[in-house]
Amino acid sequence: MILETLSNARGVSGNEAAVRDLILEAVREHIDEHQVDALGNLICLRRARAPKAGGQPTLRERSLRVMVAAHMDEIGLIVTGINGDGTLAFDKVGGIDDRVLPSKQVLVGDGAVPGVIGFPPIHLIPRSERDKAPNMSQAVIDIGAADKSAAEALVKKGDYVSFQATYQVLDEGRLRTVKGKAFDDRAGCAVLVELLQGDYPVDLYGVFTAQEEVGLRGARVAAYRIAPDLALALEGTICADLPKEEGDDTSPVTELGEGPALTFMDASFVPDRRLLDLLIHTARQEGIPYQFKQAVSGGTDSGAIHLAREGVPSATIAVPVRYIHAPVSLLSLNDFDHTVQLVRAALIALQGGMPS
Amino acid sequence: MKELIRQLVEAYGPSGYEAQVRALIEAQAAPHADEMRIDAMGNLIVLKRGSGDGLPVMVAAHMDEIGLVVTYVDEKGYLRFAPTGGVSPVTLVGSRVRFANGATGVIGWEKWLRPDAGASRPEIGELYIDVGATGRDDAPVGVGDAAGFVRPFEDLGQRLIAKSMDDRVACAVALQALAEIGETPNDLYFCFTVQEEVGTRGAVTAAYGIEPALGLAVDVTLVGDTPKARPMAISLGQGPAIKIMDTGMLAHPGVVRWMIQTAEERGIPYQREVLQGGSTDARAIQLSRAGVPAGCLSIPCRYVHTPSEMVDYGDVQQSVRLLVELLSREIAL
Repeated sequence: MILETLSNARGVSGNEAAVRDLILEAVREHIDEHQVDALGNLICLRRARAPKAGGQPTLRERSLRVMVAAHMDEIGLIVTGINGDGTLAFDKVGGIDDRVLPSKQVLVGDGAVPGVIGFPPIHLIPRSERDKAPNMSQAVIDIGAADKSAAEALVKKGDYVSFQATYQVLDEGRLRTVKGKAFDDRAGCAVLVELLQGDYPVDLYGVFTAQEEVGLRGARVAAYRIAPDLALALEGTICADLPKEEGDDTSPVTELGEGPALTFMDASFVPDRRLLDLLIHTARQEGIPYQFKQAVSGGTDSGAIHLAREGVPSATIAVPVRYIHAPVSLLSLNDFDHTVQLVRAALIALQGGMPS
Repeated sequence: MKELIRQLVEAYGPSGYEAQVRALIEAQAAPHADEMRIDAMGNLIVLKRGSGDGLPVMVAAHMDEIGLVVTYVDEKGYLRFAPTGGVSPVTLVGSRVRFANGATGVIGWEKWLRPDAGASRPEIGELYIDVGATGRDDAPVGVGDAAGFVRPFEDLGQRLIAKSMDDRVACAVALQALAEIGETPNDLYFCFTVQEEVGTRGAVTAAYGIEPALGLAVDVTLVGDTPKARPMAISLGQGPAIKIMDTGMLAHPGVVRWMIQTAEERGIPYQREVLQGGSTDARAIQLSRAGVPAGCLSIPCRYVHTPSEMVDYGDVQQSVRLLVELLSREIAL
């Protein structure tokens, strides 16, 4: 499955080549054109195709240009120095809470050198410190090297570091859950790979973007180049449907298994109302479950795309993912499949042009 | 002009939901417009064509106001929310809000009158909107619906109080200037922008589309004339402020010079503005394409980003005068 392949691949922001190669391999036979731009975005075009079931295709002056974006990059770390004792100093790439770092397994550099983010055992942590968030500013990655020169033989400053987690099927029953690394946003990438295999009445620009996690950078230039009529961003979004204290009736943001999450507003943009309504209407008509992302925090590629040139009507659709921005995440394949179905149906519903 | 201000400030228009305000402005602008269009973001762009070889000038005033958006409806029908724009939680407790469909609610605080609240200040996560629902199913609004504050316009004679003076009073100033300007050599693009309060987003795409040679925002600015205020050399009633800089922009020195010269030549009172906190659409215009000389005409305003913002009517009238004088003649920076 493409989600498994992409989840296991390594591609911290700015270093998306391995992910890009895998995606291109998966979509190449289905697309009419592709290019890799200056920032490393992979832009794939699947031209509008006539409906299959008989009938002449409607002649239009030109087909609607629809940009569908999913970002290839994942959060991770970067080596900032090699210490005398052979350990590695590092910095974070993208939004990572210090609390998810201690004792995690990582892979360093192109050679995927295994390492561990060092953290003292409970025996050495004073009782008064145990309920506090650790300060990881002085933390190091331990690759087991005996000294600086031994480490230098394996890694170098500037090497990217990804978390180590392998895709795995969990519950095969009702929820069809899987866990793996970087579902934010390999889930979106995998949805887009599936979408590029379909026929649509629009020119579909499937854009696998770079550097989303460090500021929506790839999508900005890709949208400028494509100048789309409208855009959709595909994401893996916050799912916090975990048990709460009794009486705490607050937002779970999204719930696993309840369908693709539609954004009504986030920190980066307000979706175009016509597109949001189209998605809701399509979901209802097709009997596809959907939910809202019940929080305004976070941003997606739509934040950059909707401000391109004279403005691009945009919306964001996301697969709910538990534990995003952490070493391992979890999703329901039902949500994944429903996301593919919803976006596919919405693209077909654009037959008549931009909804009014 | 007070009636125009009243209509605009009392209208509903949180960021991203500016359609009602836009409809009001469209009706007011239509008699004076050579062209009007609404762009992909929802900005209303009103063109008054120039007669000669002047400059294409973009004048931006934002239609949106700070507000709230529902993120969750709990089982009992209380609404949790997130702010749209710079909303301070201390201004919210007991405030009333209204949604696009007319539903009205009051904002409650979990810790209100609770003995353990002590001196703590409310946080957004502890606040909720009570729309009088008895449960989730009979709540008149849902997730994603946006609310604006409810406050009547109050005319104190010289001073005016209302919600959304930021930036409807500037919309009124721009509309009044549009109506008063006769012959001008410049192509004037009066742009009523969306989503300023969440990051000057509307102005980004409007400026790209218009590609002006000069950009001018009209917005409110803070003052330093209230008790124990943070020092700032702006007072209510001392005339419009000509922005030198704020946290997002250094105004083009040629634009500043042009504005000051015009004010002095025409005997219009003005104040020089250095704002430490906040920015305006001028910032977005300045950075558009290959760059645009930009500045900002500011209307001094007390209690900005509370539900009761106060301006001086003389400042408003002088702002109209200054804007008319600036735009009616050939511009040499």
